[in-house]
Amino acid sequence: MLNKFPLWKNLMVIVILAVAAVYALPNLYGEDYAIQVSPTRTAVVDMTTLGEVEDVLAEQNIVPKSVTLEDQQLLVRVNSDREQLQARDAILRALGTDYIVALNLAPATPEWLQSLGASPMKLGLDLRGGVHFLMEVDMGEAMRKIQDQMRDTVRTDLREERIRYRSVNRMGNDVVITARSAEDFEAALDFIDGRYQGFEIIEDETDLSLTLRMTEDKIKETQDYAISQNVTILRNRVNELGVAEPVVQRQGAERIVVQLPGVQDTARAKEILGATATLEFRMVDQENSLRDAELGRVPFGSELYPNRNGGNILLKEDVILTGDHIVNANSGMDENNRPQVSITLDGAGGDKMSIATRDNIGKPMATLFIEFKATGERDQNGKIVFERRAEVINVATIQGRFGSSFRITGIDSMQEAQNLSLLLRAGALIAPIQIVEERTVGPSLGQENIDMGMQAIIWGFILVLVFMVAYYRKFGLVANTALAANLILIVGVMSMIPGATLTLPGMAGIVLTVGMAVDANVLIFERIREELRNGRSPQQAIHHGYDSALSTIADANITTLIAAVILFAVGTGPVKGFAVTLAIGILTSMFTAIIGTRAVINAIWGGKRIDKLSV
Amino acid sequence: MRQLIKTDKTIPFMKFRGISWIFSGLLIIASIVSLSVNQLNWGLDFTGGTVIEVGYQQPADLAAVRSTLDAQGFGDAVVQNFGTQEDVLIRLEPREGVKAEDLGNQILQALNQQADGGVEMRRIEFVGPQVGDELTEQGGLAMLVALICILIYIAIRFEYRLALGAVGALAHDVIITLGLFSFLGLEFDLTVLAALLAVIGYSINDTVVVCDRIRENFRKFRKGSSEEIINGAITDTMSRTVITSLTTVLVLFALFFLGGQLIHGFATALLFGVFIGTYSSIYVASSLAFKLGISREDLMPPEVEKEGEDLEPML
Repeated sequence: MLNKFPLWKNLMVIVILAVAAVYALPNLYGEDYAIQVSPTRTAVVDMTTLGEVEDVLAEQNIVPKSVTLEDQQLLVRVNSDREQLQARDAILRALGTDYIVALNLAPATPEWLQSLGASPMKLGLDLRGGVHFLMEVDMGEAMRKIQDQMRDTVRTDLREERIRYRSVNRMGNDVVITARSAEDFEAALDFIDGRYQGFEIIEDETDLSLTLRMTEDKIKETQDYAISQNVTILRNRVNELGVAEPVVQRQGAERIVVQLPGVQDTARAKEILGATATLEFRMVDQENSLRDAELGRVPFGSELYPNRNGGNILLKEDVILTGDHIVNANSGMDENNRPQVSITLDGAGGDKMSIATRDNIGKPMATLFIEFKATGERDQNGKIVFERRAEVINVATIQGRFGSSFRITGIDSMQEAQNLSLLLRAGALIAPIQIVEERTVGPSLGQENIDMGMQAIIWGFILVLVFMVAYYRKFGLVANTALAANLILIVGVMSMIPGATLTLPGMAGIVLTVGMAVDANVLIFERIREELRNGRSPQQAIHHGYDSALSTIADANITTLIAAVILFAVGTGPVKGFAVTLAIGILTSMFTAIIGTRAVINAIWGGKRIDKLSV
Repeated sequence: MRQLIKTDKTIPFMKFRGISWIFSGLLIIASIVSLSVNQLNWGLDFTGGTVIEVGYQQPADLAAVRSTLDAQGFGDAVVQNFGTQEDVLIRLEPREGVKAEDLGNQILQALNQQADGGVEMRRIEFVGPQVGDELTEQGGLAMLVALICILIYIAIRFEYRLALGAVGALAHDVIITLGLFSFLGLEFDLTVLAALLAVIGYSINDTVVVCDRIRENFRKFRKGSSEEIINGAITDTMSRTVITSLTTVLVLFALFFLGGQLIHGFATALLFGVFIGTYSSIYVASSLAFKLGISREDLMPPEVEKEGEDLEPML
């Protein structure tokens, strides 16, 4: 029969819409003011912490909506932003610095929806407020550092092999060895041939020079290392800021994106992200009494430092080596399957270490980690006050004289070995970073953007609805139903896709989709009118109208989709958000306008004898 | 049936194509002149620099803001109201020597001292010059790639003359919209670039509908000159073209008036782009294809000889 959908088609339309509606639903529930408590390196969040937090809240006369423990994270929901701040301060005071206490907005999605995996759309920073940084790693500096280290290594090696040279210098991105004589040239060539991984040798016999050049692989490896090192360090520092859902992500070959939703004090954020950490190796002072020092009688030439694992340690004032000599530090297992950290130093560092360890075999050496942390206070000039915080992260006994590469063994756990190697690397950033883009949006502006975007969507929607009913009567109503369904589908799909973020241009994209989505229906309805004018029966007109409009609609939409995809590939942040809503809108509108409206029209007019169509 | 356009008689669109050539030609020349004389008012996204938006509780005293900034050594700052009387937008060029990422906070502090607090930070944007340069390059590239991809798609689906006509119409729309932005001195930022790509999307939508009908009519009516067929196709799709433009313009008005200052440029570019895109899909695309000599033979479905076509179907 003409214009009847089989049952499965009707069911499919209903099921798709129902699923979209369920996943769109969480967006209606809004968000709760919440405080998120998570552990730092050493602490754990468990039922005891939960108890403590509940006590603190009771003391403050705050009745929380809920307190939940999930994935080592405590989420406290409260009723107002005032309570949120009050509770945050109280919890921070009670728990101390071992925990990250962050303000957050937690979606108030009811449990039954949560169990279906439904959650509201993620809002972009322009709607939520917060800071977006784009940081660039100084790759030139990273390369220079690696080559400087290489130059030092080559010098030391040649000296040890007693191969005489006129000079070993860094020239641009190469290390150039100039030999004194033809024999030395041969000897040097023999020696370095195949010795340094990741470097190729260019010989020039006329002026007796050997050039060591980094291979493409080595360059890429160095860049990757510089980036991942910076990402790790930035993650650590972002944790200190107490941000609920931070993003630290590599972008392209040499950039890192940092997004801190809800952070307002950009000055503080920048200071912390840019803070420097250094590392020092020092000998432990065993001659003097630790107890005396703890009582305030610190002997001359020594200093007292806290130990990360509790207690204090007395260290000699002389620094054997600073962290900028560390080339690399990796955690792994030793031959007895115990965790260890292996460390590589540059040439100069190796020399220093070699001299220091020669005289100190059997004595303990400590690794001191120094960080400059923002206290959150400001001096009279409005500058952030920094606190130099130093702690001993490791003490190990020197087992023998060592040079540019050595390892620390006797570490309790793999976790700790990983932490240690991370901290060792943090003390020696091989490439500095620089902020190349910043976008900060205040909270009130974010909310305003949401409100204005919503207004535009609602009014645009109403205007189109009115027009369609006025012009197409009953068929217009059908198109309007499809338009409403389309909105639900867009919101549902946006909520379902994990990476999709709603931004202000994204909302503009939804508005635009509302205007353009009716296009498919306009095409179809105009076709139906045409067919009616040409003398077809209403049923025939509906059938042919849909059929002949189909390929036009597909072609028109695919070309628009091409534009949207390119926009997505090129755009950043908010503009990407526009491309996403536009693309999703095109796809969903094709579904609702072609299949959705057909289902409704078939159900109402299909298979009956009708003389007139209200189109 | 209410009809916006009576379509009983074919409208002789192609008759006026001479006028449309002159009209479009003048617009394009004017745009190019304006683009080379006035150039585009590139936004922060492309030039790099710092923009700070602050909110005061009462209408802001711009002169006081300027003198405060002047005293701090930011004499080159552009200070203006943004949207409302209370909102102030300060724009600074990228500068040598100063750590640009600190600029925003410095200015905020200075303003806060002048106004005794009560200045609310609404937005700080800093874009490094290298990022801006990249964006300009990428933006231009995106536009070109979009045009080429669409050209290929339409050439495959339809015919190369229609494809050239369609892409010619798109380039026409983009150049004239850019010309308008340059002529009025409106800021060209990333959202406007997005709008421009959306204009491409919209305009191609329109053009494809017309092309589709041209192809269909060529196949349906075995008689009639190319001119008559094209006129017929444009007339047939006229009411659809107008209605869709109308609904799009309706929502764009909502966006323009209610969407706020931040997407004003976006809405402006789209509004203008929809008008020019509607015009170009009626006139530019089809008359270009006509000029290139499109004929019935070009659009006939390719004859495919299926194997075993004349055999009885087996049941």
